[in-house]
Amino acid sequence: MTAPEADRANRALAALCVDPAGLVGMVIRARPGPVRQAYDDALAALPLPLRRIHPGLDDARLFGGLNVAASLAAGRMVRDPGLSETPSALVLPMAERTPPGLTARLSQLLDAPSGHTLILLDEGADPDEAAPPALADRLAFHLDLSGLRAAEAQPRIPAPADLDHARAALGRIVLPPEAIAALTVAAARFGIDSLRAPLLALRCARALAALDRDTEITDDHLREAAELVYASRATHLPEDPTDTPEDDRPEPQEDRSGEAGESGDTAPPEDMLIEAVTACLPAGLLSAQDKTRTRHAAGGSGAGQRRKGNRRGRPLPSSPGRPDGRARIDVIATLRAAAPWQILRRKTRPDAPRLILYPSDIRLRRFEDRSDRLVIFAVDASGSAAMARMAEAKGAVEILLAEAYARRDQVAVLAFRREGADLLLPPTRSLVQAKRRLHALPGGGGTPLAAGLRAAVEIALHARRGGLSPTLALLTDGRANIALDGSPGRAAAQADAQATAALWRGLSLPALVIDTANRPGPDSATLAGWLGARHLALPRADARRIGAAIAG
Amino acid sequence: MTAPFPFSAIVGQDQMKRAMILTAIDPGLGGVLVFGDRGTGKSTAVRALAALLPPITVVAGCPVNSAQVQDIPDWASVTDTALAEKPTPVVDLPLGVTEDRVTGALDIERALTQGEKAFEPGLLARANRGYLYIDEVNLLEDHIVDLLLDVAQSGINTVEREGLSIRHPARFVLVGSGNPEEGELRPQLLDRFGLSVEVRSPDNIEERVEVIRRRDAFENDHACFMTHWQAEDARLRDRILAARTALKHTATPEEILTDCARLSMALGTDGLRGELTLLRAARALAALEQAGEVTRDHLRQAAPLALSHRLRRDPLDEAGSGARVARVVAETLP
Repeated sequence: MTAPEADRANRALAALCVDPAGLVGMVIRARPGPVRQAYDDALAALPLPLRRIHPGLDDARLFGGLNVAASLAAGRMVRDPGLSETPSALVLPMAERTPPGLTARLSQLLDAPSGHTLILLDEGADPDEAAPPALADRLAFHLDLSGLRAAEAQPRIPAPADLDHARAALGRIVLPPEAIAALTVAAARFGIDSLRAPLLALRCARALAALDRDTEITDDHLREAAELVYASRATHLPEDPTDTPEDDRPEPQEDRSGEAGESGDTAPPEDMLIEAVTACLPAGLLSAQDKTRTRHAAGGSGAGQRRKGNRRGRPLPSSPGRPDGRARIDVIATLRAAAPWQILRRKTRPDAPRLILYPSDIRLRRFEDRSDRLVIFAVDASGSAAMARMAEAKGAVEILLAEAYARRDQVAVLAFRREGADLLLPPTRSLVQAKRRLHALPGGGGTPLAAGLRAAVEIALHARRGGLSPTLALLTDGRANIALDGSPGRAAAQADAQATAALWRGLSLPALVIDTANRPGPDSATLAGWLGARHLALPRADARRIGAAIAG
Repeated sequence: MTAPFPFSAIVGQDQMKRAMILTAIDPGLGGVLVFGDRGTGKSTAVRALAALLPPITVVAGCPVNSAQVQDIPDWASVTDTALAEKPTPVVDLPLGVTEDRVTGALDIERALTQGEKAFEPGLLARANRGYLYIDEVNLLEDHIVDLLLDVAQSGINTVEREGLSIRHPARFVLVGSGNPEEGELRPQLLDRFGLSVEVRSPDNIEERVEVIRRRDAFENDHACFMTHWQAEDARLRDRILAARTALKHTATPEEILTDCARLSMALGTDGLRGELTLLRAARALAALEQAGEVTRDHLRQAAPLALSHRLRRDPLDEAGSGARVARVVAETLP
């Protein structure tokens, strides 16, 4: 990434400073470091108090709640004001970890005309990790600073006087009649479905015009606004290739600025907008988009094992106990327990402070969480399997998927063939997608069983860290002939498969091996032994039995 | 900018608007489920609906919005028993809400300061006789869904906790919205919604431009915009009120009942709730149009709303069930 990215970042910051509530906020994607720090510091120019929040933020902090200490001292209800009450700039680091509950709360906060602005600091390392799309969609700007060098990161914010002037002028900016249509058409051409994007682009153009001390939004402003708002949201390139001549891309900005300056009445600037946005589409953006779409959204708790703990989940009734540094005290329950005794206790200790608490009053929080089950389908798509019973295997997986749907499990689908394994579908609840990916799965090549197993282990480990209970459903004939390093050879392949299967066994997670060979042989049974898995031969024309096997 | 975006100013999305108006005419319909992509105006429509609805008469101090003094639950010590008008409550149920907040719990303030055991009503009490809105309903925690299922069915909230034993009426219209890409909805909860609508972003440019234009006018020319559209909203409100009166006198011919049953059988919907909702929706529609009696045309319009989410569907079926309903309607009601 080069200096233009830094320029765009500066412009976006300046626009946000002019109209923080209207533009709602921005996503800054970068790992912590001097670059991010520079932009983080520059946020001080926002005309709102900065408040840092974190993904574990609770409702009391956000919307206000009872201040227990002050309530006790005053003898009446004292409320703490929440962050939502005064307009402020909320800065959320580790935005990629935002749980759905907080996402929904923040969305509500931003939808209400409360004057808040939200800065998401997205530290995601993988393309899979990103700020929640529901929030990102509401924010005008998405800056990806991960490619920026520290020397280039020099946020420049206009002088406060200029910002004040721009803010005052914002309401008087004249909107040329074709601007709305131009921005909307441009958004549609890039496959941006959400109607928030053109709205935000329009507001952005206003802010930019105000910054430049213009009284009217010019084509330049529209172009810049489209660049800033659309580039990160585009889901496909415009269909009409004549609009985006390849050799024009490097420098459409100079070309157009001169032209637009001379003739303000050029025809609808849609094409121009499209060129401008195309020019700043980062490479690999479309694949990233695809991934964020399939990213699983953590939902409610599911059918996995129950876990009792004192950290998260569904609250259980609090229990008496002593705080040991790990458990959290349930203040409210403690006070509830103490409240009825106050009059009696006061009689014995008339000089005591307002509230008389005994250790026996203390209640600890307990939670119960049911983790989601994740069924990992590892499908052997090698030549031998494809020849034999690929279609039946697909049918079997579909039945399993329907079972998974009924149990509200999450599913992941991976296929192995040729030299390696492909993750067709990262863990998700969207079964339609699973089915679609499976349908498109081609067959052929060797059987890299070890690679498939290793991929399954990786997914399982990752899922377990995320609080899921993984299960493996492996559909194969068990005849490995490609080793982990991609070299052919039955002996090496079998040895690798055995070693990787031991890895899975070490996780002590359930697994099921379904033999898809034409004539079920001993190989898959051996494999099941290595995995510590149940073994099942794919029955002829009775794929439903498999469904029963995994559900049981 | 405190007034929400006016309901009538929402461009397109006719199905969604119609479904919401029908629940305003006949709250017994059992709510609306709106599924669709981000940024299609789901939340805007629900918040606009709140401003559109006619006010209700309540006992001023009653925590559950009782209509008459004798309806006030016995645990509520109401001092102000004058009748007052208040806007129809539209209560937001945020994700991650706790059970205490939903059902109500012990009143901490009273417990602390007076040492008394008293009930502090929750969101369900506030939503009585109004709307309960759940955004991202498909992401709602299971244990909250369980609570809602029971209350939505019985219309009564029962609280048994912390030594409290409380019952109060909780009849509300459930409005849910969500994005199906982010997760499925449990069939049990799906069934509790009377009507369902699928919304998508408008795919023609004029409509999209109009959306942006109105929104821009709403933000930058607020007074003028609101004067115009609030008048529209007022007209719509009058129509809803007229339809509520007309609902009682709207006749349902025998052959319409037969048609309802035939439609549901042809679609293989579970149980009889589909037919009942279809009939009620068609009747509300007839009342809205002041038609005097329900016709097949009303049935045709109401069928996708009332039935498309009740099909015993293949979870892996990619084609929307809306298409299936439309096909069967065309076959069954020539």
